[in-house]
Amino acid sequence: MGKFTFTQENEEKFQTIAKKYPKIDSMMLPGLWLVQEQEGWVSPDAMIFIADKLGKSPIEVYEFATFYTMFNLKPIGTYHIELCKTLSCMIMGAPELKKFIKDTLGIGPGETTADGKFTLSEVECQGACGGAPMIALNHQYHENLTVDKLKTIIEECK
Amino acid sequence: MIVKIVSKNFDIPDSHKLEVALKHGRYESIDKLFTMAPDEVTEEVCKSGLRGKGGGGAHCGPKWKLMPPVDERPRYLIVNGDESEPGTFKDRQIFQYDPHLLIEGIICSSYAIGAHDAFIYIRGEYKWFIDRLNEAIEEAYTAGIIGEKVMNKYDFRMDITVHRGGGAYICGEKSALIESVEGKRGHPRLKPHGKECEWFYDMPATVNNVETISSVPNIVLNGYESYTKYGTEKAPGTMLFAMSGPVKNPGVYELQYGCKMTDVINEIGGGMRDGLTLKAVIPGGASCPILTAEEVEKAYLDYESMWDIGSTLGTGGMMIIPEGTSMVDVAKNLIEFYHHESCGQCTPCREGTGWIDKILKGIIEGVGKEEDLDTILDVCETMNGKTVCVFAPAVKDIIKSIVQKFRDEFIAEIK
Repeated sequence: MGKFTFTQENEEKFQTIAKKYPKIDSMMLPGLWLVQEQEGWVSPDAMIFIADKLGKSPIEVYEFATFYTMFNLKPIGTYHIELCKTLSCMIMGAPELKKFIKDTLGIGPGETTADGKFTLSEVECQGACGGAPMIALNHQYHENLTVDKLKTIIEECK
Repeated sequence: MIVKIVSKNFDIPDSHKLEVALKHGRYESIDKLFTMAPDEVTEEVCKSGLRGKGGGGAHCGPKWKLMPPVDERPRYLIVNGDESEPGTFKDRQIFQYDPHLLIEGIICSSYAIGAHDAFIYIRGEYKWFIDRLNEAIEEAYTAGIIGEKVMNKYDFRMDITVHRGGGAYICGEKSALIESVEGKRGHPRLKPHGKECEWFYDMPATVNNVETISSVPNIVLNGYESYTKYGTEKAPGTMLFAMSGPVKNPGVYELQYGCKMTDVINEIGGGMRDGLTLKAVIPGGASCPILTAEEVEKAYLDYESMWDIGSTLGTGGMMIIPEGTSMVDVAKNLIEFYHHESCGQCTPCREGTGWIDKILKGIIEGVGKEEDLDTILDVCETMNGKTVCVFAPAVKDIIKSIVQKFRDEFIAEIK
């Protein structure tokens, strides 16, 4: 058993959700989401914890968690900027947004600012093509962005 | 062109709340539903000609008939809200503006196929939409609309659970989606010869798209004729078409099938913005062969017409590309997407997408050769039809069409 454990609230949530499925195996995604909501990322200890709960080996959880791109396998900043790079966003100006983030925050995709505040991820299509270009900031969508609008959003976080 | 069936309530303030939804016709189909036998509901949907809105366009009713006769085994309805195809953003309108329509559709569809548990798989990025849908499901439980007895009175248990994905395009493929709910990597399954239903933990299951399910209540309540009076003979009814790129009014519009694409772009989309001219359109999400501006003139938005001009309707998500955009960049952008999202199960797909990505990178960096273009087409053919799912054929369709139709641009970039 690793060092990770659910808070009592999350343990209760886990048990409630588990009842909805025919088999506990289905709790892989919901379980990892609970971990990430609690810790901000999915640590190796948390994977061992989930494996133990689901009767799986830790490597199975590791294989699973590395397949799904939304699980953070290392700690991230307080504000997670997920910048869409796919076609409609590219055409509508995502490269300028990326450049602006690099110029102002000094981070590229996969990097976190030195103060631990911002992490940038460049992601594939997030289903907001009509509002391109866009970012998700801690899962909240911001669409129809311009460099100016993005500047305001980032300043509000500072 | 615009016919509001699924999107009827989208503009009503607070349309997502149960109280408002009830005032505007939600759950009206349920009383009628329980006067019908499950087979009758399926027949009605068959007669309506309702086709799957997730990209494949398979007929919904006949798909339901693939479920085996009812026995002691539990049966499941799995609703596909993964919506990860670039250019596609229609199901989120239903989650946002009319989640109760989806719940109503789930009750109707589950009754028809004999399922009591429905799982809605939604891409993880749609956190906000998932929360909204969960609030609606909670409201429906509290009001007794779902739960032990549907509408507090019908002897039919209905439980609905939202399953949040983790960010993997391939999980929109129905068998990969089921694998994902079963707690595994989203690797598509080998399909059996002959048609049969899907299997969730070895139990019979049906997978339908969110919009398809949301189209069912109207058919149940108003009969199949209310649906077949719109659209074309082979594609009756409507679909939520999405438009993105530099048009004046990008967004989602419910149109009857068969509209002329240029009318949709110019009249509904408002035409190109900022004096731009149209160069090309990817008609139904990133996996549909690209259309040149000339071909767009001849395009009609229904499955058969799109096949006739060498493309597909897909999810109806039109990506508008203006003059001035490098088609080499477009191809590179899309192959990066596909390379990133290949599930890695089949070698031709895993390696092929990476190979094309590498070649295009070389062309952009100035070390490309003209024969690289033939290599790309060759890799496309090598991938096609040799993998478990249609991911690799989709890559072939889009990349081959861009390279063939805009070959001059690639050659100019190489020289």
